[in-house]
Amino acid sequence: MSQVTTQTKHSRFNPLTIILDIFGNIGAGTLNFLAALGRLTDFTYRSVKNCFLPPFFPAQLGRQLIDIGYFSLPVVGLTALFTGMVLALQSYTGMARFNAESAIAGVVVLSVTRELAPVLAGLMVAGRVGAAIAAEIGTMRVTEQIDALRTLSVNPYKYLIAPRVIAATFMLPVLVLIGDIIGVFGGYLVSVYNLGFSPGPYMEQTWKTLEDIDVISGLVKAAVFGFIVSIMGCYHGFNSGRGAQGVGAATTNAVVSASILILIFNYIITQIFFS
Amino acid sequence: MTQAAIKIEPEPKAKISLRGVSKAFGSNHVLSNLDLDVPEGKSLVVIGSSGTGKSVMLKCILGLMTPDSGSILIDEEETTKFSIKQRSQLMHKFGMLFQGAALFDSLRIWENVAFGLVQGQGMNKKEARKIAIEKIKAVGLKEDVANLYPAELSGGMQKRVGLARAVATSPEVIFFDEPTTGLDPIMADVINNLIIDSVQGLGATALTITHDMASVRKIADYVAMIWEGKIVWKGPVDTLDHSGNEYVEQFIHGRAEGPITRRIL
Repeated sequence: MSQVTTQTKHSRFNPLTIILDIFGNIGAGTLNFLAALGRLTDFTYRSVKNCFLPPFFPAQLGRQLIDIGYFSLPVVGLTALFTGMVLALQSYTGMARFNAESAIAGVVVLSVTRELAPVLAGLMVAGRVGAAIAAEIGTMRVTEQIDALRTLSVNPYKYLIAPRVIAATFMLPVLVLIGDIIGVFGGYLVSVYNLGFSPGPYMEQTWKTLEDIDVISGLVKAAVFGFIVSIMGCYHGFNSGRGAQGVGAATTNAVVSASILILIFNYIITQIFFS
Repeated sequence: MTQAAIKIEPEPKAKISLRGVSKAFGSNHVLSNLDLDVPEGKSLVVIGSSGTGKSVMLKCILGLMTPDSGSILIDEEETTKFSIKQRSQLMHKFGMLFQGAALFDSLRIWENVAFGLVQGQGMNKKEARKIAIEKIKAVGLKEDVANLYPAELSGGMQKRVGLARAVATSPEVIFFDEPTTGLDPIMADVINNLIIDSVQGLGATALTITHDMASVRKIADYVAMIWEGKIVWKGPVDTLDHSGNEYVEQFIHGRAEGPITRRIL
């Protein structure tokens, strides 16, 4: 008996076993990651394919355009306004040290159009829309509504996924364009009414600094972020676990994964446009 | 007993045939070489304890899950390898009443009932609404219900709407997943009557899975018992009480002692 106990103890602390366990866990983790990546790729391919193939559901698309675009406007607008205002204040504090206050208008417009409006709008929409998509589709999964769609000869990719992906990819650039204008206006308000800049020269400096590529790169980012938010929301909702806990986890995963991907793709797109 | 008294009518040809169907989730073998024929124009009820594979079997037939192996023939056509398009066409033959009704929350009741007609078959909304209201009335609900949302209805009313939706497209085959679960005995009997009326009215083939023995006796022409992913007994409903099968005996009498309990505990 004591020999068995000793052997068990010995094998538990055997360095070879520990190393094999570590490699085993790494291998299992890698396989799980690759499997999840494969599922996500397959889901994305099916979703994109079904965006272009009939039948289309225009009523669903219209509803999503309003939900994702129009109802996100207050959140994106407020975020852009206060971001532009803070940017002007912070830039003034920094620039004043080098007597470069005249560069504030340029800093505000470039920061807003190239980076802050698309990234912050993307993150706000990930929180508002990504979570809502995951929760709605997740609940439909749990209550068998997605199965019901299939039994009624309706492809859920066409009816549920495609309208959301199209709406988010199209509406986020619109939101960002509005956010650009509001953000620059926020910087203008603070610069003119708080920091004592003259309105005319400030606007002139803004226009002089701004180039087409600044706005275009922001809009391209917005379209990519919209796609990411909708795909992550739909994917996690579609594959939601059972019960309230499953839907809750799907919602959290949708927001977290979309936010991380937005930050990663922001770097990649910036590198492509401006390197 | 005379020879004539025990004569059993030959079973009609099979509308749906499952042969050697297996489905596992990891190490959990839910269906193991399952064979079953669903006779055309008849009502077959599959009984069995929870977790024995009834719902998985239904989902495999509908293509909501893909079996690991085996064959599923519908109208003598192999369906397990169907493409999405073929599956969508095949679904026109089917109607299903889900356990929780599975009504679409964001749509009004009439839109739920008309959904398969409008979105699945491309019928115009006006005509589909007319048919939906007829079906809503046929399941004993008032016309005013048509404009409400599912959340505004009781569980029993939702089941009736689910039934109206299942039969709205006049399917050849209707599946009922635990149609009376969670309902009081009176409402359960109402649903059973509606199922009989709907199935007989359409001349459809019906496949029901349930635990409710009152429901079985009322709606079944044939009964099959599933246990550990296999059909362990099948016969006409009249023979249920003298099946000679110990699993069926234990199940229909709801006994705590028996082969099912011995395997579980």
